[in-house]
Amino acid sequence: MASIRIDGLTKVYPGDVTAIDGLDVTVEDGSFFALLGPSGCGKTTLLRTIAGLEEASGGSISIGDRDVTRLAPGDRNVAMVFQDYALFPHMTVTDNIAYPLRIKKVGRSERAAKAAETGEGLGLSALMARRPGELSGGQQQRVALARAMACQPDVFLLDEPLSNLDARLRLEARTFLKRLQKDLGVTTVFVTHDQSEALAMADQIAVMEAGRIRQLGTPSEIFRRPANTFVANFIGSTPMNMLPGKLVGGVLQVGALEGVDAVAAGWAGREAPDGEVTVAFRPEYARVDGKGPLVFEGTVETTESLGASVLVTARTDDGQRVQVVVPEGEEPEVGAVVGVAPASGRVLVYDAEGELLSPSSSVP
Amino acid sequence: MRTRSVVGRLALVAFLAAVLAFWALPMLWLVTAPFDSQPGLDVSWPDWTLANFQKLSENPYAFSSLQNSVYLAVGTMLGVTALAALAAYSLSRVRIPGRNGILYGLLLLSSIVTGTAAMVPIFQLMFQLNLIDDRSGVILVLTGGLLPAAIFILKDFMDATPKSYEESARVFGASPTQVLRHVVLPIVRPGLATIAVWALVNVWSDFLTAYILLRDPAKIPAGVVMYTFYSEGGQANLPLISAFSLVYALPVVALYLFVNRRYGFRFHGGIKS
Repeated sequence: MASIRIDGLTKVYPGDVTAIDGLDVTVEDGSFFALLGPSGCGKTTLLRTIAGLEEASGGSISIGDRDVTRLAPGDRNVAMVFQDYALFPHMTVTDNIAYPLRIKKVGRSERAAKAAETGEGLGLSALMARRPGELSGGQQQRVALARAMACQPDVFLLDEPLSNLDARLRLEARTFLKRLQKDLGVTTVFVTHDQSEALAMADQIAVMEAGRIRQLGTPSEIFRRPANTFVANFIGSTPMNMLPGKLVGGVLQVGALEGVDAVAAGWAGREAPDGEVTVAFRPEYARVDGKGPLVFEGTVETTESLGASVLVTARTDDGQRVQVVVPEGEEPEVGAVVGVAPASGRVLVYDAEGELLSPSSSVP
Repeated sequence: MRTRSVVGRLALVAFLAAVLAFWALPMLWLVTAPFDSQPGLDVSWPDWTLANFQKLSENPYAFSSLQNSVYLAVGTMLGVTALAALAAYSLSRVRIPGRNGILYGLLLLSSIVTGTAAMVPIFQLMFQLNLIDDRSGVILVLTGGLLPAAIFILKDFMDATPKSYEESARVFGASPTQVLRHVVLPIVRPGLATIAVWALVNVWSDFLTAYILLRDPAKIPAGVVMYTFYSEGGQANLPLISAFSLVYALPVVALYLFVNRRYGFRFHGGIKS
């Protein structure tokens, strides 16, 4: 068990393609850490560089007190679960789980005993004699996890652990993985492009874009206060409302609406320089009853059922679209005129560069 | 409409029967002629005598030639399989400039190397190496000739093996040789079997290389010894040739049946579940 410290890590592929660009991050001992980002953002490269499958072009990686930057993958005491699980098709479940021990020259009977013990912990006892081809996706994943656990690594690395499972199994596996990680207490880094997966499982999330971390924080910090418009756009199952506006002397002017006092409008931030801004709020943190200082009057265009709630899209007079999530049964009729009002303290203001204008210390 | 389709069907069946007969006749000859007391070039109902095999057993070189064939075939098969496995793995995993060019070039040249065109320089090379009339020389030449195609086929199997298998083993600390031994080779086993059988059969049926490089009648393989079965008058000794043909063909048939049962002649990686 160990923390991971990454300092100024750079990975440049031949042809001057920078996959990781001077990245610093520390993964605390025992935490469940998500690398989240769109495809091509460098998250998988980062994971593979931690594993040693890719060589760092610059910077350093330490696991615990050891600098592992130049060590071979097998000397880092990490275990990796691949996206396709990479179970050896010609070996039984027992032999697969025992493979790391075989490399460590552990005797055959001891290996089998250890594999049986690890397999039992993951509910694989009845499957030990089978081959991977005879297992379901969920079972294959558990075998891959058992194999990773068998070598008792300092760090688990999981590459898109849920993407090979079907939708229903994915939810089960999510809960299972989270519980397993807490039970084992092993520092775990996983890669995902699915923000809901990251929010659900991780203790800490690093949102990546173009080889850099755009925001590092707990799921609730990242969901409530995205540090920039990139993260704001990326996080959330319903897209964040983003409206162009101006901030002049603490007065917020959005679209054709009359200027309102920014703090009164529900902005939790403090003073900021005047200029063009983007006003953002989550559909989940707004209502349609029109109560509040910042209200967007509009006509309901569509309503989409999300199950227990309904996503309402309204179009304001100056052509902006705003979305609100309302509880099921409380949605307005299509064509009705509503006043969309973000909840107090939930309005986010981003400057022209897309950075959040309020210090994170003011998180409610 | 109906009559037309019936007539068409009959014509098709008749045509196929004719084609079948054309290809089947030599096979029939192979089965019947050895048991005929007076084998000719036609297929006829034999009188089921073993006299031809009796004569064959009296020939001093018939049995030793089969031994030589086994020696050459197994030697070449082992060489081709081992070298092709290593070469195909490297070519599949290491990026070197012009990799495909090298492979296609080798493939093109290999048809010359074991072919007639390069026989003179190969003879000279073997002469310089003092490998004339040496069975290892034949094995070397045949191995060289078969290797490119073997590498080409095996590389396909290697390419079809997901890299994550090897990376997974590497993260657990496996060395490159361990990765090859524990993971890659077992997975491409159908490919290795294909190559091995293909090399065996190729060497078994080889004539030219052994004919040119070997002198001593005690060293020549089965494919060449048949060429010596002539009567003093220069007539083909059909009783000997027919009996030997059957003995010569049986191991290949047996090999086919064995491999087909064991591996089912799959020509694709076979790891997709």
